[in-house]
Amino acid sequence: MAAVVTAVEAAEQAPVPERPAAARRSFPVWRWVILLIAAAYFLIPLYAALRFAGFRAFTQVTSYPSFGSALLLSLRLALIATVLTLVLMVPTTVYVYLRLPSIRRIMEAITILPIVIPPIVLVIGVLKLAPGFLLATPNLLGLVYVVLAMPFAYRSLDAGLRSFDVRTLVEASNSLGAGWPTTLWRVVIPNLRTAMLSATVLTVALVLGEYTVASLDNFQTFPVWIVNFEQNSGPVSVAASLLALFVTWLLLMLIVTIGGRSARKRGGAEVALFSVSTAANVSATKGEPE
Amino acid sequence: MTTNTAASATTGLDGTTSDGAPVSIQGLSRSFGAVRALDSLSLDIAPGELVALLGPSGCGKTTALRIVAGFETADSGTVTVDGKDVAAIPAARRDMGMVFQSYSLFPNMTALENVGFGLRMRKLNTAARVKKAAELLDMVGLSPQARQYPHQLSGGQQQRVALARALAIEPRVLLLDEPLSALDAKVRLQLREQIRTLQQRTGTTTLFVTHDQEEALSMADRVGVMREGRLEQVAVPSELYSRPASVFVAEFVGTMNRIPADYDGLDEVTVLGSAVPVAGDRPTDLTGAVDVLVRPEGLRVEAVPGGNGIVTGLTFLGSLTRVTVLLSGDVQVKVDKPSTAAASLVPGTSVQVRVAAGEPVLVAAAGGSGGSSARGVTSS
Repeated sequence: MAAVVTAVEAAEQAPVPERPAAARRSFPVWRWVILLIAAAYFLIPLYAALRFAGFRAFTQVTSYPSFGSALLLSLRLALIATVLTLVLMVPTTVYVYLRLPSIRRIMEAITILPIVIPPIVLVIGVLKLAPGFLLATPNLLGLVYVVLAMPFAYRSLDAGLRSFDVRTLVEASNSLGAGWPTTLWRVVIPNLRTAMLSATVLTVALVLGEYTVASLDNFQTFPVWIVNFEQNSGPVSVAASLLALFVTWLLLMLIVTIGGRSARKRGGAEVALFSVSTAANVSATKGEPE
Repeated sequence: MTTNTAASATTGLDGTTSDGAPVSIQGLSRSFGAVRALDSLSLDIAPGELVALLGPSGCGKTTALRIVAGFETADSGTVTVDGKDVAAIPAARRDMGMVFQSYSLFPNMTALENVGFGLRMRKLNTAARVKKAAELLDMVGLSPQARQYPHQLSGGQQQRVALARALAIEPRVLLLDEPLSALDAKVRLQLREQIRTLQQRTGTTTLFVTHDQEEALSMADRVGVMREGRLEQVAVPSELYSRPASVFVAEFVGTMNRIPADYDGLDEVTVLGSAVPVAGDRPTDLTGAVDVLVRPEGLRVEAVPGGNGIVTGLTFLGSLTRVTVLLSGDVQVKVDKPSTAAASLVPGTSVQVRVAAGEPVLVAAAGGSGGSSARGVTSS
């Protein structure tokens, strides 16, 4: 982290004439080296997997009829889980933050539970409680994923709320004549975009990679399908894993790019998965040009 | 939404005075746990008047403002605007423009969109909204910044946009919650004048909360000094300064000297060797050793060998020079003297300090208020 900070500081300084040109260029060089090492760490195994699978395995994978349905199921679950998570968690988190700050600790404790409780317990709990019309459908799994995503979503949103003065903005909005729904929609949510994006990314990543609950519930999601495959053919299952990785990566990049662009336009926080930088404080530290 | 706004929002702002509403606060009380934030506060604000609530932090002034705004509820007491009790009306429908202490612009909107937000809530069409928002931005001198986002504006500019935003809805009451305290001194001074000018031009009834006495005295028609949830005195600035109703007000507003004296319980008090008249209500419970309160301009100082004090410092204020004198008994006082006459009073000079003839003084319990034992320590 320190190296990055120094590099940024160095980049911000105007070029100093007496410094030799080589020294000035040394930082970018090091950055490239680190990037290459990191890239090698990630790419070499991928390359090895790619070679092992061979091109034929990919065409084989996609030709299985169950491949498409498994992938579609996973994407559908990701969509259900994300939408439900945001719809449930955004108003709840905002409400707790503004009106019930005293129970924030309890909220934190509650939202950590899905991580602590073994998946099998969660599954049984959901099976016991779910209404009959949901029991036989994969949508049930979507509900389980909402529970599993809760810790991540809550933390992202809570951090997002802390990055700007929600209370004052809400009061300003109220005093200008906006009721609660309007304030939430026009003032809170636009400023919570980055945090909601983080929550979305985490939820999608979680759903696309979740195996335990899906297999316990006996649903053929993409990860379950890959594991089932492994027993049959090595190269094909590796190809499937690579595809899964690629699809997930593509989806996350898409979310981050779309969300990041609109955030940057307004000088908002860059999209980060786990930390939300505080755009609200930037203006406070600015000087007075008047 | 009240019908009042819908009607007034369509009328022009330029030069015409909107109808500021009279505000009446009666017996307002509010406790937070064991803390009494407001203790039966009553205050009437005339239409178009700017009243400042002045007091140290924790005196309840912000709570009072927030109750008027509708962000806080009172335990007892009423707030009426234009004769109507507003208790049941939610903040969003009170038609009160508010400027906050911290930057409160919506970060996701441009300056123009921020100013237009309240108009949008009042269902004004886009063309009318943009026109009016542009007018208001022009009024605060920020037309060139209309398309900029809050993070691209300085603190002073942000507060001016916030002011334009609050005035755009042509509020019946304007509430200012320490709007200048986050700004640096120079910007604060400019904005102070700008707020006052706009407030007078629009004729908006305004309640202004501040802990800065200079701000309150220079901007307000009347100033209410608050202490521990109660109003100590409400008066025009000059009266607050020259005829403070209580020792607290006397010491909180302006510079005040505290000098030990001897009081017989009647009309005169003996201070610095001479008897002077007592101002205000006779404190019946005080006799014997007391402190008197005198402003720096109420004292006289002359160079006299073997006098009752020694000059320890001089502060040049232009036509006047403030002379700091150490009296016997470790009492320090500040005395104003015309600069031409003060030239000879170098530090170390022996001087005689006395109360100016005919100057009425306030009598206070000896030892200073608020548990402070420092004597002659003045607030400024």
